[in-house]
Amino acid sequence: MSQSNSLKGRKVILHDMCLRDGMHAKREQISIEQMVKVATALDDSGVPYIQVTHGAGLGGNSLQHGFAPHSNEEYISAVASKMKQAKVSVLLIPGLGTMKELQSAYDCGARSVHVATHCTEADTSPQHIAFARKLGMDTSGFLMMAHLNDAAGIAKQGKLMESYGAQTVYVTDSAGYMLPEDVKARIGALREVLNPETEIGFHGHHNLGMGIANSIAAIEAGASRIDGSAAGLGAGAGNTPLEVFAAVCERMGIETGVDLFKLMDVAEDIIVPMMEHVVRVDRESLTLGYAGVYSTFLLHSKRASERFGVPARDILVELGRKKMIGGQEDMILDTAMTMAKERGLLKSA
Amino acid sequence: MKKIRCALIGSGNIGTDLIYKIQRSEVLEPVWMVGIDPESEGLARAREMGLKTTAGGVDGLLPHVLEDNIQIAFDATSAYVHAENSRKLNALGVLMIDLTPAAIGQLCVPPVNLRQHADKLEMNVNMISCAGQATIPIVHAVSRIQSVGYAEIVASLASKSIGPGTRANLDEFTYTTSNAIEKVGGARKGKALAIINPAEPPMIMRNTISCLTDEEPDQERISASILEMIGEVQKYVPGYRLVNGPLFDGNKVAVFMEVAGLGDYLPTYAGNLDIMTAAATRTAEMFAEEILAGKIQLPAPEVA
Repeated sequence: MSQSNSLKGRKVILHDMCLRDGMHAKREQISIEQMVKVATALDDSGVPYIQVTHGAGLGGNSLQHGFAPHSNEEYISAVASKMKQAKVSVLLIPGLGTMKELQSAYDCGARSVHVATHCTEADTSPQHIAFARKLGMDTSGFLMMAHLNDAAGIAKQGKLMESYGAQTVYVTDSAGYMLPEDVKARIGALREVLNPETEIGFHGHHNLGMGIANSIAAIEAGASRIDGSAAGLGAGAGNTPLEVFAAVCERMGIETGVDLFKLMDVAEDIIVPMMEHVVRVDRESLTLGYAGVYSTFLLHSKRASERFGVPARDILVELGRKKMIGGQEDMILDTAMTMAKERGLLKSA
Repeated sequence: MKKIRCALIGSGNIGTDLIYKIQRSEVLEPVWMVGIDPESEGLARAREMGLKTTAGGVDGLLPHVLEDNIQIAFDATSAYVHAENSRKLNALGVLMIDLTPAAIGQLCVPPVNLRQHADKLEMNVNMISCAGQATIPIVHAVSRIQSVGYAEIVASLASKSIGPGTRANLDEFTYTTSNAIEKVGGARKGKALAIINPAEPPMIMRNTISCLTDEEPDQERISASILEMIGEVQKYVPGYRLVNGPLFDGNKVAVFMEVAGLGDYLPTYAGNLDIMTAAATRTAEMFAEEILAGKIQLPAPEVA
């Protein structure tokens, strides 16, 4: 048990995603009232950071990503005004969200931001990271689909984000594809090159059931921030279930500062009844993890499958083969139509 | 036949690809390439291709404008320096084709509004963005049939085709393209999304255009209008191709396009580069034809 002893006393900052990543699993349909109720309960449980808004973050309301019933500003304002200790955070993917939207999120009370790029495209984020720092926000660089870059590549990209001003660099397993060794290699490589004061984070998806194990591996390799979501409410098979992770941390002596039983109650009493489908590893979400496909593609593929008669699993595997990345949801319908034509299910134009 | 002599500012991907396009033109001739780094590959390549070069920025070009009779300049630098470049060259009577997202001049998408610009002399014409050139014709093809309340475009670009300038200034790309979807495309509200994909082999530029019409879409007329417009764009970008759609869903019309380039400077996957440089060249050619025919006259240089 030398491993668990080695983490005893380590401090880890938890960041809840159920009101942002969880929006994907709810087809972007979480109401203001629900958001305030969940956030207030998480705040009361001692969760220090709570991410909110549309699943695709700032600028996310679109035909591509769906429309939420309220603007991001309305969600942020409603939640931020009720927080006693938690900081409200947002997601900004350059190419979708802009600095104007970040300013407006800040004005509504957001104080932390994940500036997200694909794991090889960190150099699309300098203006957004610099602007977030100028606003005085807790600023993370968020390298998505991290399984598509090797450890040395992730280290290089993370170093770029640090040079723009990122205070934390995240390894983001958007496809829920990574295994603990993959996580350790990437976080270890980052730890070697980043300044000692720069933190490292890990954001997992549970598509292969590895959310908890990967997050622990991340801490062992030097991460101090872990994203998860109460009851796992998130894209694909969900994020690392936060209450389970908090319990494991307690067993291992890792300090999270959250009230475990309160967090368990939030998951069971509030989040689970909100779910439209049980967020779990099922055939399609397992396919995401197995094929290395962006978790948000899950529900889009199911809809395309219903419309064009091509099984969702086939569509997902093809998207993985074509190396489609986060944000290319339009290519799901496109791929489904092309496959349907090939199979004689749709006539060519 | 006499040709209008041109200067290219910015020796990156776009500037270099422009050399090929302009060298093929019957009315344009590339004469100068302007850079800022004497060691840059782009300037070396321009010299090999027979252009005069300066690493002194636009100021390095200015003393040669009159003696070399430069009448049209293409700016492929960045939105931040474009205004100054334009001011200095306009003062010498040089017409500016702007390929940055600065958008200080009139917005131009050739198959939509080139003719309008031809009728009056514009000293600064903006080419919006690669995504704008690839998608706005389709938005216009829908909005000329029925009113469009909202249009949204998603451009997927191969990572290798996106230079450092665009990467560092993605917001300008977003703002300029969104605005042009409204101003030129004819949608009341426009939104542009860009995704940079590093897949190997590189993916061909893809664009998805979605329009929400106010009334139920007339499928037959809209489809015909879109196909006609694709034909217009193919006249200067042969690799502009419909992959799927138009797909009708309630009041939504979705069109899935692909743009393969000519493979001049970058390989054919970089259709984004081609559609921008081809549109800029076509725009410049139109002005050149008018100048050569004596229909428009550039202003005399302001004597310093």
